[in-house]
Amino acid sequence: MNNSQGAGTAIETLDLVKTYPGNVRALDGISFSVQAGTIFGLLGPNGAGKSTTIKILTTLSRPDSGLARVGGYDVLRDAERVRLSIGCVAQKSGVDMESTGRENLTLQGQLYGIRGSELKRRVGELLDRFFLSEAADLVARTYSGGMQRKLDIAIGLIHQPQVLFLDEPTTGLDPESRADLWEEIARLSKDGLTILLTTHYLEEADRLAERLAIVDRGKVVVEGTPEGLKAELRGDSVEIDFAESPDESVVQQSLERIEILRDVVVNGPVMHARADHGASAVPLMLSALETCGVKVASVKVARPTLDDVYLRHTGRTFRQAEGGNS
Amino acid sequence: MIALTHSYFMALRLLRQLLRQPWWIALTLAQPVIWLVFYGQLFKGVANLPGFQATSYITFLTPGIVTMSALFSSGWSGMGILRDLDFGVMDRFLVSPVSRVAIIAGRLLHLAFTTVVQSSILITLGFVLGARYPGGIGGIVVLIGCAVLVGVSFGALSNALALTMRKMESVIGAVNFILLPMTFLSSILMANTLMPPWIRKVSLVNPVNWAVEAGRTAISGSPDWTAVLIRVACITTFALGCGWVATRAFRSYQRSA
Repeated sequence: MNNSQGAGTAIETLDLVKTYPGNVRALDGISFSVQAGTIFGLLGPNGAGKSTTIKILTTLSRPDSGLARVGGYDVLRDAERVRLSIGCVAQKSGVDMESTGRENLTLQGQLYGIRGSELKRRVGELLDRFFLSEAADLVARTYSGGMQRKLDIAIGLIHQPQVLFLDEPTTGLDPESRADLWEEIARLSKDGLTILLTTHYLEEADRLAERLAIVDRGKVVVEGTPEGLKAELRGDSVEIDFAESPDESVVQQSLERIEILRDVVVNGPVMHARADHGASAVPLMLSALETCGVKVASVKVARPTLDDVYLRHTGRTFRQAEGGNS
Repeated sequence: MIALTHSYFMALRLLRQLLRQPWWIALTLAQPVIWLVFYGQLFKGVANLPGFQATSYITFLTPGIVTMSALFSSGWSGMGILRDLDFGVMDRFLVSPVSRVAIIAGRLLHLAFTTVVQSSILITLGFVLGARYPGGIGGIVVLIGCAVLVGVSFGALSNALALTMRKMESVIGAVNFILLPMTFLSSILMANTLMPPWIRKVSLVNPVNWAVEAGRTAISGSPDWTAVLIRVACITTFALGCGWVATRAFRSYQRSA
């Protein structure tokens, strides 16, 4: 491997730009790199550019400009080598519903040049590993959502890739299947696989990713470990629901004098702020707001979450971004 | 070589899918059988018209229906591509190192195989109903070969349509728009000596007509092999052209991702 970041980098992107017809700028200069053998999360609302990034890294789509390397190979110039070293579980699945689980796996193996007893063994192993052996000879149409996802992952692993892409792997799954899949993904990473995971579930990124990049409007807004990102925020998050949407400037002015309060963001009938010590900030805030005639409906104080990280770096809560972009 | 092996694997997948739908097979076979049995009987008297040169209408009709069935079953081949696009199966293939040619060629190989089986069944049924093939095995092989070329050509065009339009409704509309005129503007159902002059002229440039004429001549008692060869060459060229169009459509699909 001869890339500048050394042998430990499995994925590298630099200033990727992609514009779709109609001037939709899906990627606006995205850059990040992923250490080999780790789980890296791309977290962002729908439409942030996560899937487009995956499409470029898996050779499905070409960037307008910028650089992307997987396993040291350029995705444009060495597409064939990239394809041999990656597995991909797309958001849309890729299971042929009219074929059985075994047939899906066998065909995929054949396309990678695996044959005969070696192929049989691999298929059997993967069916066992993902608890699909019993359903192996039923057409995939009859599988539950969780089983189809597992088959998807098994298909992505048939040729023992170095890098696995998981695009929104648990979207649409029930909580039980989701927890199940999380365990499976963590186990894969222990075996030394590099995993790039995209998700719009904060909890998922928090649980699985060793490092993550928060993506918004086609750009990485911040990158780090989930713990590090939360620690940067210092202190508690305070969320206040107002009885009715107040005048933003009134709220900002009234709270200005409270020194232990930072990052005040008002969004309609909700406001967020940070405080070194939430419990002592709340009474001060309530009295300041009351003096200005702003009616408070409820108050919540919590340890920082990724949602707060998102809010801090994009100026909106994750939920608002989801609603606005999907 | 890789492209061939991959095409074979891809064709096997489609064949297995087909065999899982016995009702679909029964329905696709029922249609040509209805044509042979009912239409063949109903228009039996056509053979007595002055200028109609064939010995019996069923002998005339059988190669026509063989070709027409190849045309109709392959015309819908694009629907399969649409399903692969919708279910993400296409993207899964494109992420893998599968030969790009094989994604389309596998479908055409599958069509060629099903056309051979379908044609053989119809030729046998035609014989039971009274059709005769004095041209012998050689003639029958040419007839089936022509049907395969029609199947592959229109299968490729149908795939190209699906990759370009990407909407089921549009593809259904377009395919319907093409198939019937192709049938009526050829000698599938009526001898060209009895066609209105304008249809006879149009049929000269209809690839489906080339195939029917070549197949029908090949199974006749004393075939004019030069005429057969010229038509086979024409339809082969047409098939290659269709394959090229499908490849182009596939490339532009890839670029649009």
